[in-house]
Amino acid sequence: MEQKIQFTLNDRPVTVTTDGERALLWVLRTDLGLTGAKYGCGQSQCGTCTVIVNNEAIRSCNYPVKNVAGKRVLTIEGLALNGRLHPLQKAFMEHGAVQCGFCTPGMILNSYSLLLKNPTPSREQVVKSMEYNLCRCGSYSRVERAVLAAAAEMKGGEA
Amino acid sequence: MTEHAGFLTRREFVKILGPGLYILVSAQDFLSGQAPKGFGRGYPEDFNAYLRIAEDGRVTCYSGKVELGQGITASLAQMLAEELEVPYESVSMVLGDTKLCPWDPGTNGSRSIKYFGPALRAAAAEAREVLIQLASEHLRVPAERLIAENGFVFQRDNPGNKVDYGSLAKGKTIERHLETKPPLKAASAFQVCGKSLPRADFQDKVTGKAQFAGDIRLPEMLYGKVFRPPAHGAKLKRVDVSAVKRIKGARVLQEKDFVGVVHPLPDVAEKAIALIKADYELPEATINDGNIHEYIIKTPARDSVVEEKGDLKEGRSRAVVTFEETYRTPYVAHAPTETHTAVVHVEGDTATAWIGTQRPFGADAEIARAIGISDDRVRVITPFVGGGFGGKSQVGQAVQAARLSKLSGHPVQVTWSREEEFFYDTFQPAAVVRISSGLDKSNRIAFWDYHVFFAGDRSSQNIYDVPNVRTTSRGSGFGGGGPHPFPTGAWRGPGSNTNIFSRESHIDIMAAKAEMDPLEFRCLNLADQRMLRVIDAAAARFGWKPAKGPSGQGRAMVCLDYLGTYVAAMAGIRVDKDSRIKVERVVCAVDMGPVINPEGARLQIEGSVIMGLGYCLTEEMHFRGGAVQDIDFGSYSIPRFSWVPEIEPVLVENLESAPSGCGEPPIVGMGALLANALFDATGARVTQLPLTPARIRQAKA
Ligand code: FES
Ligand code: FES
Repeated sequence: MEQKIQFTLNDRPVTVTTDGERALLWVLRTDLGLTGAKYGCGQSQCGTCTVIVNNEAIRSCNYPVKNVAGKRVLTIEGLALNGRLHPLQKAFMEHGAVQCGFCTPGMILNSYSLLLKNPTPSREQVVKSMEYNLCRCGSYSRVERAVLAAAAEMKGGEA
Repeated sequence: MTEHAGFLTRREFVKILGPGLYILVSAQDFLSGQAPKGFGRGYPEDFNAYLRIAEDGRVTCYSGKVELGQGITASLAQMLAEELEVPYESVSMVLGDTKLCPWDPGTNGSRSIKYFGPALRAAAAEAREVLIQLASEHLRVPAERLIAENGFVFQRDNPGNKVDYGSLAKGKTIERHLETKPPLKAASAFQVCGKSLPRADFQDKVTGKAQFAGDIRLPEMLYGKVFRPPAHGAKLKRVDVSAVKRIKGARVLQEKDFVGVVHPLPDVAEKAIALIKADYELPEATINDGNIHEYIIKTPARDSVVEEKGDLKEGRSRAVVTFEETYRTPYVAHAPTETHTAVVHVEGDTATAWIGTQRPFGADAEIARAIGISDDRVRVITPFVGGGFGGKSQVGQAVQAARLSKLSGHPVQVTWSREEEFFYDTFQPAAVVRISSGLDKSNRIAFWDYHVFFAGDRSSQNIYDVPNVRTTSRGSGFGGGGPHPFPTGAWRGPGSNTNIFSRESHIDIMAAKAEMDPLEFRCLNLADQRMLRVIDAAAARFGWKPAKGPSGQGRAMVCLDYLGTYVAAMAGIRVDKDSRIKVERVVCAVDMGPVINPEGARLQIEGSVIMGLGYCLTEEMHFRGGAVQDIDFGSYSIPRFSWVPEIEPVLVENLESAPSGCGEPPIVGMGALLANALFDATGARVTQLPLTPARIRQAKA
């Protein structure tokens, strides 16, 4: 059923008119032209489609777009503020936590939500919260390092 | 900054390349241009095919290689900058564009550094010498008194007298060539290579700007889905597309057995294709993952002798103890995080295709064949590729997109669903190896009779110092056929994952029987000094303490030579009470000759070790006949964060050998490494991958 859905996307108000049951991932990628969130499985199993809705990491491939009405959505495109990279983005680059880069937006946003809840995570907590973000290139140990480094850099607050 | 061909619109091309050769207005212009000299089967001679120097001094490097995540963006730029004598930062890459880049056989087999590297370096070295000649005329100073550095040509004894490359080349094709090609720099003189310079693709990959094939948007583009049979080998009897009418905007496109749907939205196209109903005739499903290895052994095919030396009979007679063992490996999926994706725009008798592929040259011909146009009317552009591992040498998705584009008259994007990715994958083939060997009374290997079935012969060659050897390979690992119910193909380290699992497991079995430490046993039987050095490097880092197996420590080693790159790896594991393996530590020493980008090499080693955990511990495709049963990450389990051990890459210094690859060598030893560690921990020997708890329990019993 077509409906009008209003929400905040990367700090800007947007309105889409579409079938509210459609997955947020496809609305972002096609209707709204933001291709940073990726399709990796469509079944909530890989995490490449991760975006932030009201500070929570969600898997947008299985998230009906009508559920974001009135909420704040953050995608990878909105993470750098005025061209200034977020400490997580910098740390991913510095620590080589990127290979093909296809899982990277999801990895960064999932760890972003972790750091919101737990600004000083232990190594085990990082592993636990990232467990279901898949990286076939095998950059896990670098991602872990990058998240810990970013947390240290942010010193418990948003840098 | 790297410009990636995939991002560029036509207008941007003009902007970047400036007023050089490529001022282009339309697709027609692209496709009517003459291919530069040397295109075809082989790397071109003309250095202009590899590089262009703009008036502002920026250098564009053209290569038919593609960026899959392996970091070729950096290492090729480093090799070019090194020989051309320009700053690394001044080099931009254009990769995998069949119109702009020199022909290439594809990005696979860890061959980029080894084979393309010398061609690129030779081109850059020649260009540098030609620039010195041009400068000599420009500055009116004899060439012997000039020196090239940092994008300038200087007078040696009067550095103020200089001219920059940009003013000499002016963005144009340089017509002059040298009769005698200048030598390449010795690795000991490297200034740009050998450094961990940053990769230009990282910034776009952390901000979401990096474009993969699925991120390409063209005006009027539609999303396509092709109807898929329930099993390989199924024959379509009847198809009913009537229900698709219920979906607004969906179009059914049909051509004989080819049935597809296009829609302006990808998720709606997916919904539409699911409404199609069909009857199939299914072949009898006699082969499955339980009995495939029997079929492999029974399937007749030609044996080819890979190597033969000495006399097996004579070896047998000298042996005081003999060994017979059979090793089995399963079908393994590539499962790249980005599923196969392509956008193809067919316009009359031309086509432009954006494909996430490892083989842009070759993909062009397949598209041309599928839609009945000539090869040279297809241009393939390769955006960033979200992992390939061999699987993206196949471009079935691009053929689907091309056919749908032709039938619909629109550009069409096809992104395989995860289920399609598993179904259409060209798996690493299931395979069998039989080894018969013997030890003489001084624990030297007296004979080695090795037979590999349907894995391919890569790395099947014996590396030990054995007088009597025969290595035989039956069938091929590629292309399906033979015993295989579905297509098979190259998977990161093709053939070698099976061959080295078998050989290095077998060596360990022999060492245990000889009651020798596995490292000492190997050293006793190795003559290759380079291999011994690599083993030393690994042992020093690991802190290897000699003990005969099973020592109860859960530690093990392997050594191997993969296409000229040497690896020695050591691991420490734990086996829990449920017979599950937890890998705690892996040391991986690699001698790849001179290392172009050490950090890039370390990433490849770490990535290989982690990916290796999958095919060794869990990954195994289940199937009944042509029906693939593992179609998601729920049942096909790939490595996750919690699996990851401490990984310690060791780069063994070697400036004497030619630079060689590192994308595959570290993965191919993982099977034997873990099987040997399992034996060392428990005394249980498992000769079939993956090392599942069920197999471990069975071996313990
Ligand atoms: S695409 Fe959403 S979890 Fe995989
Ligand atoms: S970097 Fe390739 S999937 Fe993670």
